[in-house]
Amino acid sequence: MNINLTLIGQMVAFVCFVVFCMKYVWPPIIAAMQERENKIADGLAAADRASHDLELAQEKAVERLRQAKEEAAAIVDAANKRGNQLVEEAKQAALVEAQRVKASAQAEIEQEANRAREQLRGQVAALSLAGAEKILGSSIDPKAHADLVDELAAQL
Amino acid sequence: MAGETQTISEYIVHHLTNLTYGKLPAGFEREDGSVVGEGGAWVMAHGGDEAAAMGFNAIHVDSMLWSIGLGIIFCWLFRRVAKKAESGVPSKAVNIVEMIVEFVDNTVRDTFHGQNKLVAPLALTIFVWVFLMNLMDLIPVDLIPSLLALAGVHYQKIVPSTDPNITMGMAVGVFILMLYYSIKVKGMGFVRELTLNPFNHPVFIPVNLFMEVVGLLAKPFSLGLRLFGNMYAGEMIFILIAALFSAGIAWALPAGLLQIGWAIFHILVITLQAFIFMVLTIVYLSMAHEDH
Repeated sequence: MNINLTLIGQMVAFVCFVVFCMKYVWPPIIAAMQERENKIADGLAAADRASHDLELAQEKAVERLRQAKEEAAAIVDAANKRGNQLVEEAKQAALVEAQRVKASAQAEIEQEANRAREQLRGQVAALSLAGAEKILGSSIDPKAHADLVDELAAQL
Repeated sequence: MAGETQTISEYIVHHLTNLTYGKLPAGFEREDGSVVGEGGAWVMAHGGDEAAAMGFNAIHVDSMLWSIGLGIIFCWLFRRVAKKAESGVPSKAVNIVEMIVEFVDNTVRDTFHGQNKLVAPLALTIFVWVFLMNLMDLIPVDLIPSLLALAGVHYQKIVPSTDPNITMGMAVGVFILMLYYSIKVKGMGFVRELTLNPFNHPVFIPVNLFMEVVGLLAKPFSLGLRLFGNMYAGEMIFILIAALFSAGIAWALPAGLLQIGWAIFHILVITLQAFIFMVLTIVYLSMAHEDH
């Protein structure tokens, strides 16, 4: 257990190994670890971002879905309304048509009636004349009495 | 294991003797009866007496080789990983090395608040190197010395950190760094710290200087001797347990159990001692950087 040159030898070896470690061992290992740390941090941040994006996308999708549903409901509503409107319009048109048909029928009937009345009136005049001729025994000049007969016919 | 011709104490002393290469002084009478001639002689020491006679002009070949070898293993291992290290998915080896590096880095960050590119690599080197040196303690005490004895090498201590030269060599290295950074960072503040602390009066300068210098010198000594003491004591107990095996077959079983128990406990000790050496180095260097 003597103190001797070994002490100096160990000191020299110590210095050599420390210098070696400082130059060739420590910096690359620490650099690699630092780089990996950064990479992992980036990766975690990216994962966070991605999950955040996913959440946003899901929210967006739900929102879209809701909008689409609303739009669909609105469209169905509008269609229903339009349908009702069409039915109403058709009804209205039918009513109008019916009125028109009825009016024209009435007009025709009236016309027919008028014509029949005219006819009748003519016949009545003729009959009246024939009757009067028979009663008076002579013929009556239809021209002379035309006024009289017409007046009679008008009274009918 | 102790041979027939060895007593227990010879066995222990044998295990505690380094393989020493050094310069014997002139006129020293060697074991084989030859006398060292004029000017001394550089030889391998035969036994503790010759090693002691060599004084400072000797080198513990075993400690030196194991220590440098383990240091090279550390550098090779970590350099290999450093080359492969990239930001992708790490392999198992890279993972283990990065775990150690991160652990050291965190310890340095927690303790050392200055700006210094040297401290973290220094702490890593100390931690892993001291750990590897301590780890040699877990190799059965007789295994490598016996194998080397077959090859003709008669003394071998394979745990460098049980050699005070090794631990003090590192501690002195740290001490030099402490002094360097104290002077570089604090300049005259370092002198003030030594002379005007704790009694801030010119009259007390000698007292302060004495106390502060003792405190300063105590740091490297405690650093180096703590590691040495712990590892030496641990090694000693391994040797004593190994000596028990020679006490007869009845002792073999309890000795085996003791061996296992102490080895398991020692796993904790070697890691802890490496960690303590590293942390104290960081703390001392941190103190050298802080101006009070």
